[in-house]
Formats: sequence, structure tokens, C-alpha cells
Amino acid sequence: MAAINAEIRRGAYYDSVMLMQLQRALADLPGVLDAGVVMGTDANKDILAQSDLLTPEIDGASAEDLIIVVKAEDEGMARAALGQVDDLLTRRKSSIDQEYLPKSLESAGKMLPEAQWVLISTPGQHAAGVARDALRQGKHVFLYSDNVSVEDEVSLKREATEKGLLVMGPDCGTAIVNGVGLGFANVVRRGPIGLVAASGTGLQQVSTQIHQLGSGLTHGFGTGGRDLSEKVGAVTTLQALDVLSRDPDTKVIVLVSKPPSPIVAQKVLRAARLTGKPVVVDFIGYETDKNHIDNLHFASTLDGAARKAVQLSKVGAPGPTTTAHPTGTFATGQKYLRGLYSGGTLAYEALLILRDLLPDLYSNIHLEGADALENVLESQAHTIIDLGEDVFTVGRLHPMMDNDLRIRRLQQEAEDPETAVILLDVVLGYGSHPDPASELAPAIVEARTTAQAAGRHLEFVVVVVGTDEDPQDFDHQIKQLKNAKVQLFTSNEAAVYHAGELVQALADPDQPPVSLDILNQPLAALNVGLESFAEALADQGASVIHVDWKPPAGGNERLAAILARMRG
Amino acid sequence: MDINQANTEATNRMMEARPVLVGVEKAIDVIPGMRENLLLHAGPPITWERASGPMRGAITGALIFEGKAKNEAEAEALVTSGEIELEPCHHHQSVGPMAGLTSASMEVYIIENTTHGNFAYSNLNEGYGKVLRYGAYDESVMERMNWMNDVMAPVLRDAIAASGGIDIRALLAESLHMGDEGHNRNKAGSILFLKALAPHVAKAAPSPQIAADILTAIGDNALAVLNPVMAACKAMADAAHGVEGSTIVTVMARNGTDFGIRVSGLGDQWFTGPVGTPKGLYFPGFTVDDSSGDIGDSTITETAGIGGFAMATAPAIVTFVSGSPKDAINATLEMYEITFTEHKFFNMPVMEFRGTPTGIDIRKVVETGITPRINTGIAHKNAGVGQVGAGLVRPPMSIFEEAVIAYAEQYGF
Repeated sequence: MAAINAEIRRGAYYDSVMLMQLQRALADLPGVLDAGVVMGTDANKDILAQSDLLTPEIDGASAEDLIIVVKAEDEGMARAALGQVDDLLTRRKSSIDQEYLPKSLESAGKMLPEAQWVLISTPGQHAAGVARDALRQGKHVFLYSDNVSVEDEVSLKREATEKGLLVMGPDCGTAIVNGVGLGFANVVRRGPIGLVAASGTGLQQVSTQIHQLGSGLTHGFGTGGRDLSEKVGAVTTLQALDVLSRDPDTKVIVLVSKPPSPIVAQKVLRAARLTGKPVVVDFIGYETDKNHIDNLHFASTLDGAARKAVQLSKVGAPGPTTTAHPTGTFATGQKYLRGLYSGGTLAYEALLILRDLLPDLYSNIHLEGADALENVLESQAHTIIDLGEDVFTVGRLHPMMDNDLRIRRLQQEAEDPETAVILLDVVLGYGSHPDPASELAPAIVEARTTAQAAGRHLEFVVVVVGTDEDPQDFDHQIKQLKNAKVQLFTSNEAAVYHAGELVQALADPDQPPVSLDILNQPLAALNVGLESFAEALADQGASVIHVDWKPPAGGNERLAAILARMRG
Repeated sequence: MDINQANTEATNRMMEARPVLVGVEKAIDVIPGMRENLLLHAGPPITWERASGPMRGAITGALIFEGKAKNEAEAEALVTSGEIELEPCHHHQSVGPMAGLTSASMEVYIIENTTHGNFAYSNLNEGYGKVLRYGAYDESVMERMNWMNDVMAPVLRDAIAASGGIDIRALLAESLHMGDEGHNRNKAGSILFLKALAPHVAKAAPSPQIAADILTAIGDNALAVLNPVMAACKAMADAAHGVEGSTIVTVMARNGTDFGIRVSGLGDQWFTGPVGTPKGLYFPGFTVDDSSGDIGDSTITETAGIGGFAMATAPAIVTFVSGSPKDAINATLEMYEITFTEHKFFNMPVMEFRGTPTGIDIRKVVETGITPRINTGIAHKNAGVGQVGAGLVRPPMSIFEEAVIAYAEQYGF
């Protein structure tokens, strides 16, 4: 026999939704057939009447009264249900502590605006799209996903460099930034060594060895296995080298990769030399006849690279040979080196050194890494010219004896608004001009005056090849040149490096440099894909937001393609 | 085609629109294209044959109100013969809750967007219980309709004129700080509305009794302001419509059978699909089996960035879907995923005064697979029973997908 029990609470106000919820909770109780929880308005009483829940007691309730009515299988169950009303009313679900899981990178970015990194480990066919989103939001990318096409890699890295952002990967397994491991990474202590690796396990092996040898890492950047291929062109490696070169805490850099092609190797080694820090290069298995060139130290095994790096970090290895500083301020647009050589071999050596330092290098000497001048009478970009070449000496003396041609060229270069640094050799000894400085020094002063009149500053770097027993009076030559305010060297190599560094500093950066903020600020990241990567970051104390990512357009490829086109 | 620029323009127009309630007049005198034999209804176009129970009931009621029919059979004959025509409110700068029925002699609220100069209209809210908008049309319904039209409307007309107009955007901004989300919860907004009108109603009413009746009717009706709010949202959304290249949704509406959307950059084309059934809490004695398909133009509130999108600021009603206040915040966070911007004027204290998610972007809906979240009342499937609950519903994903494809075709993507 069903029983209807009711309770009237006078002057009790609850939001109608709360009441409906209570009603539902009551209806769910054992033995309860129906329940009503309403304020006692006439309309509500009508509703109760329709459901056969209206009793005379309820009919007497007023609009300010709370009516709680239960129809149950028997009286006892109805009473039991009413006895639970207060519990049900006061029961509050504890607020779920779980963060909102954003569905898109954009929302995640708003939740953690300080995030510098996006970790991507989605299936490969979606990874490039997510990475593009990340770059659009100005985030660096750690791209763990594989099966990303090389075309996508090239375009992602191009976009990244234009924005001063890093794309580590694709297929980048590991990195350590500011003491926090991304992806698969060992716990390695902080130390003075920076790492750039195109191989995940290579990075792990070298970093753990460094740790075991008692030293540690500043940062370890992964690049993805294809970064040093000719198609990709070592974009990320070059950026990482640049970042580490500017990082004051990094004293030694280790570069690990499988052997790249000669063209890429040349590019990477040039960048490594320019870091001005000792760089241990391990092109795994790559044999070299030297174990070091200037600041480059070669290792052929991962162990060897780690040992070398630790050793170099301990001895406080010599930093950059010298840092060249100009004696004045260049004007905008002044950016090129012009080397006017009288000695052919000296010019050749200059080219050999500069091709590793400077892009856009031209010459009338044939050498791989330098382009042929269109017209030997006019310089292009960085130019090293051998004025002793036949074309210049037809009908005149060799420039070691006759300064006339060089003086006219000097003036020509001084009039070129793109010229910043002029490199000259002065070769003394028997057979040479009896007093070359007496002609060259005034010509230098005049060239400088010409440039100054146009608001420009010219830097002159001169190498004097000779001895104090040469007939020209070495000291007198030096004195005259010094009075002309040139930077003097007796080593051609030193002079060339000096000149090269001077113009290097003037190069318009092709792209904005990667900000050192990523090294200094606590790591904060958005994670798309494997949740374990987010957990690992959180465990290491980094801020991380995990994105509840799903394939765009629910995996509908046609729609996803349209959306991608609409994004542009 | 810079889509983001177009969307910036569309959403700026939507937000900068300043809807002011400026009057009450007969539909035929003010609604563009209104005529004697025309009935306006909620949602995209519908025929009698495909109309749901509440929609048929409301059509019948409107024809009885107009004195053109006496019962459903007569109403059916008039409509199926073409003597009486049906057109969406949205084709006439209008909106109506639930069935949304608006006929020639009904009094309607007039909203003027004082920023861009467009107008929007909505019928008067009847309150709770047996009401025309849920398809009821018995004598008590007609009695109330007649009282509203003949007694209340003239007083409101004078009162609104005397008030100098009521800024509904400002009213909404305030009510969002008082626990309303502007769609299912309009308790605070309705009291603000009452406060704005009361002194003018007191002066304009022909007798103290009539003043008291009107103020009681408005004061007892926690949805009193819903209709002006909907018309205000319509005025805002219309301001955003027709921006070349924009992917922003400017209409979401249901007729009980179909859910339809329109997109700013895609002209007057409707994208329609079958309505869902709301999930929610039911009044005593009713269950989901009693529910009609989703119905009403009130989704114009979500279109304009409030309603279900502002759930975080109305935690009291999150229990509709048996959630916690945290769920209310998550509901709003989810809507940020599919909207283009955050509202300049509607913000939420609990979200650290972040603007409400504004401007549904069809691209984001399709990309994320998240459809707009709509807070709604639930109508009984049979005409005349009325509201049986309230809850949450979402439009079908297919209409957003179709819109994206149509956009790609029109703009050559």
C-alpha cells in the first residue's frame, strides 16, 4: 500500500534548482515511487495534484512554504526518505580539485600565459598542425612526435627562426632546459656545460657521463635526427649554438650528431667557431686529422666528448682569442669586409679562414666556399681580392712594388657606403716597394676622410709581413701605419680573424635571436599528447598545463583540411 | 581574406551594440514585414506537418487569440491551406522564447540599438504555468494574453516612454554580477527591470489596482526580463551579421523540430539539423519521456555571449546538470574554446572579471568538436502542458560542419 508523507517547512527558501535536485535525490531513495519538492504556490500545488501528490496538508501550505512530499511503497519508507531531507540539503559535493583540461592550445595558453614551451607527442600526422599553432602563439616547440614529413620540418623551422623560436625535433626524444628534463631525460646536475644533440640517446649518454664525471649541464637542446641534413640545414643546431654562446653560464659547448654532409658541417663548424667558447664536436664516427682547431675540439665517441668537455670546463679553457672592437661607430648600411691583397697566398689564406666565418663571400680566387666576382674591378658583399692576379698586372708592376692600383681601389672602397672594414697586406723585403707605408698611410687617411665626410666610419686592418732586418725599416713602416690609425698585425691569420669578427658583429641578423628568457625563467609548458610528459614536468616542479587534445574536426580529414586552409 | 579581421569586426559590432528598450507597440505596427495573415515562430522555417506538439499548440493559441480559429483543427486547416503563413521571427528582426509565436495584434517590446541604429522585437512574457509559448491555449491562457495586451501593454508603453528607455546591456552587465546568466536565470535582471519600471508604472497606470497588478505580474515572474533581453541579444547579433568573411554565428534558434544557425559571412542561409533533447532536472511528476524536442529563440542569448556561456557567474543553477560550482566555471571555460573573443561589457567576478565567451566561431566548433552549451527550459511534448523542467542542450555538430563547408565554397578555401 503506497503511502504519501509530506513535510511543510515555513519560510524556508531554496533556489528552485536546489529543490529539483533534492526532489531527484529523494526519488532515487529505496522504495520511493515519486517525490515533490516545491514552494507552495498555487501553480506548484496544481502540478503536485496532477501527480497525485497533493494532500490536504499540502493544500493548506502558502507560497512561502517549502513543500516536501514523498510517495513510497510503504509508510516506513516514506518516513525514512523524509528523514534524509536535511542530509540531502546540506550535502555538498566537495569541490573537485582537478584543473579544467583545456581542449585547445589557445585556451591552454590563456591558462598559463607564461608558458614558453609546447611539448607535442600527438600522432605524427597531426603533430605539424599542433606545432604550427604553437609557433603562432609564440611558443618554443619540443616535438617528440615522429612521422612528420621533412617538408613540414623545413617549413616549421623556417617559421620558427623568423620568430626567434626553437623547434626541437621532430622525433626529439629529450632535452634539458633550465634544469628541467623534457621528454625522456635523466636527472643531471647543473653545471657549466651546454649540449646540442641531434640524437636523443646521444644527449642522454653525454649528459649522464658529464654528471658521473662530477660536472653538469646548463642546458641540453635536442634538434631532431634530421636537423643536420642538407634539406633542413641545421636550423635548430645553429640556433641552439647561438643561444649557448650567449648564455653566460655556459662555459663549454658539446655538439653531438651523426656525421653531416660537408656543406652542413662547414656551416655548423663556422657557427661553432663563432661561439667564442670551447666547443667539443662529436660527429659520431667522423674521423678528423686534427684534434682541435682554435676553439673547436673534436671527439669521435660520446664518452670522449663528455670527458673532453669536463676537462675543458675545469681548465678554464681559453675563450675567444680576441674579441675585436672597432675604433669608431659604423653607420647603418656599413656591413662588408673588403680585403685588398698584394700577396696571392695571403689572399688565399684569408679566403680559407673567412669562408667559415662569413656568408656572401666573393673573390677573384677560385675556392669552394667563395663565389666568383662578377667584375673584378668592383667588390661585392664581402670581397677578398688578389691584386697580383694577371688581369691587374697587365702593363704595370706587381702591387708589391707599385701601390698605385691599390690606392685607387682603396679610395673606391671608401666611397662604397657598404664598406665597413678594409683589410690590407704590406709585404716588405727585397724586391718590394722601398717605402710602401709612405704611400699607403696617406691613402688610408684620405680614404677615411672621404668616408667621414659622408658620415661613415672605416676600420683598417693591416698585416705587415717582414722583419726588422728588411731594407724598408720595419719600425718606420709600423710607425707610419700606426699614425694612420690602423689595427696592425704581423700574422695574416690574426689579421683576417680580427677583420672577420669586426664585420661579423655588423651582420644583420637573418632572424631575431632566440631570447635567453627560456634559459633564465622557470620552465613553464603546455603539453599536447602523452600525459606522462606533463606529469614528469609537474614532478620536476615546472608549471604545466595538459591539453585534452583530440584530432581536429573529430578526425574528419576533409573538414580538417578546410580548416587548415582557412587558418592560412 | 583575413578571417580574423572580419571576426574582429563582427564581434566588435556585437559588443558595441547598445540595445535600449524604447517602447511597446502592436506587432503589425512595428515589426518589418508583419501582416494580418502571418504568424512568427521560433527557430528556422517550419511547416504544420513537421511542427512539434508545443509549436502546433502555440500556433493554435495565436489564431484563437487573433479570433481566426476556435480549435486546433481549424488552425491546422488555416495553416495547411496557406491562408495563414508561418515565418521565423528571425526573418523579421524578432525573437520569441519557446514556440515564439507572435501574431499581428500582439504587443511587442521594441529594442533600439543606439550604436548602429537597428531594431529588434520580442513578445511579452506570460510568466509560468500554462502559457502560450509552451503551446497552451485554454481560456485561462487567453484571459492572461488579453490582459497583457489590453491592460499591461499600454501602461508599459507609457512607463517606458517616461523612463527615457532602459539600457538592457547595462542591466545585463549588472545582473551577471548578481547570479544571473541571462537565459535560464533572470531573477536578478527581472528585479532590476521591475525597479526601473516601477515608478513609471505607478504614474502611468489608470488605477492603483492596475499598477499593483502589473507590478505583481512582473515581480512574480523571474523571467519577466527574458523577452527584452532576448530582443537585446537579437539587436546585438544582428549588428554583427553580414560582415564579409566572418565565421561568427549570429543566430542559433530551434523550432522544436530543427536546430538552425546563421553565420555572419554567409548571408541569410540557415544551416539546420534535428534538435536534441535537453538533459536536466524535471518538475515533480515528469521525466525525460515527457520532453519535447529543444525549442525557442532564447539561444540568441548564448549567441550574444551570455546564457550557458556565462554559466560560471550563475553557480546557483549548475545543479540543473547535477554539477558543482566548479563545473559551472568549467562550462564557461569550455565555451572560451569555441568563441572568438571575450565580452567587453559582460564580465564575471568569479572568473576574475574575465569577459564572457563571445562570438561562436564555426571554425573552432568544428575543430574542437565542442558544440555550444545552451541552458534551456524543457517543454512538454504535448501542446498545452507547459514547462516540465530545465537543463542543458547542445546543437547538432552537423550544422556547423555544413556551415564550414558552405563557407569554404563561398570564399574559395
